[in-house]
Amino acid sequence: MTSPVKKGYTRPLDLKHGRVDMSHGGGGRAMVQLMTDLFAKHLGNEYLAQGNDGTWLPACNGRLVVSTDSHVVSPLFFPGGDIGGLSVHGTVNDVAVMGATPLYLTAGFILEEGFPLADLARIVESMAQAAAEAGVKLVAGDTKVVEQGKGDGVFITTTGIGFLADGIHLSGDLAQPGDVLLVSGTVGDHGMAIMSKRENLSFDAPILSDSASLNGLTAAMLASGAAIRVMRDPTRGGLAATINEIAHQSGVGIHLEEAAIPVQPAVEAACELLGLDPLNIANEGKLIAICAAEDADRLLAAMRAHPQGQQAVIIGKVVEDANAFVQMKTRFGGRRMVDWLSGEQLPRIC
Amino acid sequence: MKYVDEFRDGEVAKGLANAIAAEVRPDRRYNFMEFCGGHTHAISRYGVPDLLPESVRMIHGPGCPVCVLPIGRIDLAIKLALENGVILCTYADTVRVPASDGLSLMRAKARGGDIRMVYAVTDALKIARDNPDKEVVFFAIGFETTTPPTAVAIKQADAEGMQNFSVLCCHVLTPSAITNILESPEVRELGTVPLDGFIGPAHVSTIIGSRPYEFFAEEYRKPVVIAGFEPLDVMQAILMLVRQVNEGRAEVENEFTRAVTPDGNLKAQNLVSDVFELRRSFEWRGLGEVPYSALKIRERYAQFDAEARYQLEYRPVADNKACECGAILRGVKKPTDCKIFGNVCTPENPMGSCMVSSEGACAAHYTYGRHKDVERDVEQDVSSEVASHGHE
Repeated sequence: MTSPVKKGYTRPLDLKHGRVDMSHGGGGRAMVQLMTDLFAKHLGNEYLAQGNDGTWLPACNGRLVVSTDSHVVSPLFFPGGDIGGLSVHGTVNDVAVMGATPLYLTAGFILEEGFPLADLARIVESMAQAAAEAGVKLVAGDTKVVEQGKGDGVFITTTGIGFLADGIHLSGDLAQPGDVLLVSGTVGDHGMAIMSKRENLSFDAPILSDSASLNGLTAAMLASGAAIRVMRDPTRGGLAATINEIAHQSGVGIHLEEAAIPVQPAVEAACELLGLDPLNIANEGKLIAICAAEDADRLLAAMRAHPQGQQAVIIGKVVEDANAFVQMKTRFGGRRMVDWLSGEQLPRIC
Repeated sequence: MKYVDEFRDGEVAKGLANAIAAEVRPDRRYNFMEFCGGHTHAISRYGVPDLLPESVRMIHGPGCPVCVLPIGRIDLAIKLALENGVILCTYADTVRVPASDGLSLMRAKARGGDIRMVYAVTDALKIARDNPDKEVVFFAIGFETTTPPTAVAIKQADAEGMQNFSVLCCHVLTPSAITNILESPEVRELGTVPLDGFIGPAHVSTIIGSRPYEFFAEEYRKPVVIAGFEPLDVMQAILMLVRQVNEGRAEVENEFTRAVTPDGNLKAQNLVSDVFELRRSFEWRGLGEVPYSALKIRERYAQFDAEARYQLEYRPVADNKACECGAILRGVKKPTDCKIFGNVCTPENPMGSCMVSSEGACAAHYTYGRHKDVERDVEQDVSSEVASHGHE
């Protein structure tokens, strides 16, 4: 039996042709409607349903890991993903590579006036799917609207909270001479997927972003029992930046073998065309790990047994070096430094 | 990657390295200048020096378009963006070159200038079409390789009757720069820069051909080997140069036959001469005023000439006193000879232009080769230790 009372006496959100307007951030009915009909509909759970200014979370017997990340990627929809999924993957991965189990997320949205609600719905659905896949729950959120021209569609800031089991201690300052360095798969996919769609650059390359949550892979790696010292996801600045960070934190040198580093042919070709180095290009679904040499085979096997680590390989080793230089034996037979990128290769990659 | 991997093959490189090692004479040294920044970058990125005998030294030349751009020219571009309110389009590296008053195009952008990085001059044309109410200026830099596209863009703008597009032309010429180096006192009289030969430009030569270099070979008795930008091209060219030196020859040889002919690209040359004419003189960073070394837009296309359109007056600005870019661009000094290399001047905060572009000698050494300086220090420490033990 249908109720004679119209539900809430509100006009449903026009997700087909509607657009974000200033009232969606104004604290009034329109904002509440956006919360309930869009965000809560897709991302809702028992915690979000508390509906207060803050959320109670159950007590947790152990250490917590927290990480936060703002997402400003352009374009918002790119081959292989969108800002919604990316905003979940990016933060889940930051928590996961600490060795923690990601549990909760918060999300802050900055929406630009005039942004199509249909696009916003796609983004929220994509977040919901990514959160479900990663097994995390959105427990708090916020939405603000800025005038047209003061934003660029959508910016999303997410914060992730995870539980760190006893006995796990991963940190960028733990790499030791003799350790080996592994990467979980091909590098440069995300950055080149974005670049292939930039308006002043567009080239038709079959490159998909690798945007994905890695907590399944990190769990499998930890379960292998290998003595992992460091895990990192090489996002902005690519492999080169991440490895340099670890070298500096640990006060060690790292030697890479160029021939061992997996790069998709399309990514390599696109980099060649644009004069870029795949080692500087961002990833959103890859990780690197440093472990004791004697455990390398065990860790590699565990990674390869996981769908996200099938292409995992050993790409280098940690050496003593007070200068913390990262060096690479080139395929050509020479040796060179692998440095941080200077300046900005491509703004708004994630 | 097909067609590229073949030119980066480590095994072939080993073979060439052995051939070079077998050919060099123990009683002499070989100093070759690679003119182009493209070669400088390839040499550093692939670690080519590791495959060369100790007696073969590569000197980085001035062929990095961003590096030779003088401060005064960047100042003009900044003025256009900040004072004339134009949309200024240029190639990416140019935006980081330091200019006067602590500015660069990137900093001018942060101050509100509408400065856009483009990958091709056609992007600047598109921006002009999309913004009919704004003036768009393309800041055109580069050697003979980037000149034909600029010529095409100007002709296209002319054909379309575009009213809001112009070009700040800073295109420069390779042969004049080589002459300038060969005529410099360091090379000619003082002998402080021993130069035994040149690796000739790759892409530039596809346009101008190999003939323009014959003059250098004959007049200055310097061998020239034109080479592609792949590391195996460079190795092969070095081998050919070593042979010429050993045999007392000074000829123009072409390693890059897959792309370079004696006459070059005549169609491109005609396009360029239709749109541009020689400038009487042009300031280069490092080389100073070099006669007939750059191009300007012909009277016929004056409406597309930003210098005429905005009545720009060029004012030369001296480089930072501590900066050695000038001497480095002439091959007189190495990046590590510069006091501010790596401490004051870094890729993040370049003081001189050679630290800006990845083709610049300083940026290439900083990014790819600075571990060698440390190793050299260690070797010296070890050898001085050995020497002091020897005295005991």
